[in-house]
Amino acid sequence: MAKISMRVNGQAVTGEAEGRTLLVDFLRGGLGLTGTHVGCDTSQCGACVVHVNGAAVKSCTMFAAECEDADVLTIEGMADPGGALSPIQQAFQDHHGLQCGFCTPGMVMSAAALLQENPKPTEAEIRTYLEGNICRCTGYHNIVKAILAASGQETETIAAE
Amino acid sequence: MYAFEIERPTTLAEAVAALTDEEAQALGGGQTLIPTLKQRLAMPSTLVSLTNIPEIQGISVDDSGRLCIGGGTTHAAVAAGASAYPALAHMARHIGDPAVRNRGTIGGSVANNDPSACYPAAVLASNATVVTNQRDIDAGDYFQGMFTTALDEGEIITQVAFPIPERANYQKFVQPASRFALVGVFVAEFFDGVRVAVTGASEEGVFRWAEAEAALSSDFSPGALDNIAPPPADGMMSDMHGSGAYRAHLVKVMTGRAVTAALD
Repeated sequence: MAKISMRVNGQAVTGEAEGRTLLVDFLRGGLGLTGTHVGCDTSQCGACVVHVNGAAVKSCTMFAAECEDADVLTIEGMADPGGALSPIQQAFQDHHGLQCGFCTPGMVMSAAALLQENPKPTEAEIRTYLEGNICRCTGYHNIVKAILAASGQETETIAAE
Repeated sequence: MYAFEIERPTTLAEAVAALTDEEAQALGGGQTLIPTLKQRLAMPSTLVSLTNIPEIQGISVDDSGRLCIGGGTTHAAVAAGASAYPALAHMARHIGDPAVRNRGTIGGSVANNDPSACYPAAVLASNATVVTNQRDIDAGDYFQGMFTTALDEGEIITQVAFPIPERANYQKFVQPASRFALVGVFVAEFFDGVRVAVTGASEEGVFRWAEAEAALSSDFSPGALDNIAPPPADGMMSDMHGSGAYRAHLVKVMTGRAVTAALD
């Protein structure tokens, strides 16, 4: 076991981890931040997406030790500390962008990364960007709508697929 | 996963020293190696991370006009920064998905030489040079069959240097579950001829399709492929996603699409 220090959602944290401890296990088991989900554990589903130094990554496919001194942002860091949802989270609620909600933390974190890179994505760009985030319930339609809305764009023109 | 230690050297010299331990293994972005470790298909005692070494990261153009990409450079950085070679940036922009591209590195992909990875096709079609801490290796000598390369134990890819073609394009037929190429074809037209490299198809890994190169070198148009047969289905990978004959057929189709896109 080694001691690891990083900043998670703006707070300095220190914890113990083995070499093989995945970032997602450090966050969930070590820090109790269970908002980040493990869907597949095989890099396919994207439920575990968090941001490391501003970039979206799959926290099931990165070791905690690789995040020494890094800035990590998880779903718990998205809402305002007072409890107000971030614009992306609010749009997911307003547009019913989730059903069971299991994939939602990863969807929100990927959406946040997309909008940082591309503040007004087209519907096609949103669908392409979400290639690595799998949702079993929604058929993606309302997720795409929510992200369009969060970026301040019209959502009514999208046809259901 | 079996237990191991992680080292995070910040210089190439430290990484080379750490890898002299026989049971140490290099860790790039980990997008292939971590899933492999989870399946207990590898049992290193130490992983030497190559992602914290500034001297093997970044993109530049050298005196001979080659685009030089540090081995530890992520796919996302190549997608954003390889504007001197647009076809290569386009290829990098379509590897895996965004989160994978933020971690996966060119050195990791080229060292692993997955038979369905995108980068080997770009490296071979561009006649790039794989530069290591020990030597320069021509693309033609580097790839030695599925998951097999000219790299020795402990050798680290520090850079891949790409001559920039006049026109080029990469087209991949995506296997949607894995996001790897079911078949991918990189076509590159240089002043002295056309090179065509195919990934995802052969049991021997990435290969050059000589017949298409000859036809396209005399006439760089999709029509030049009309009179040549697809490569032999014998020796093509065959699995639940596609038979050998299907993959052979796709090689010709994707080559035509790459030429069309390169001319666009």
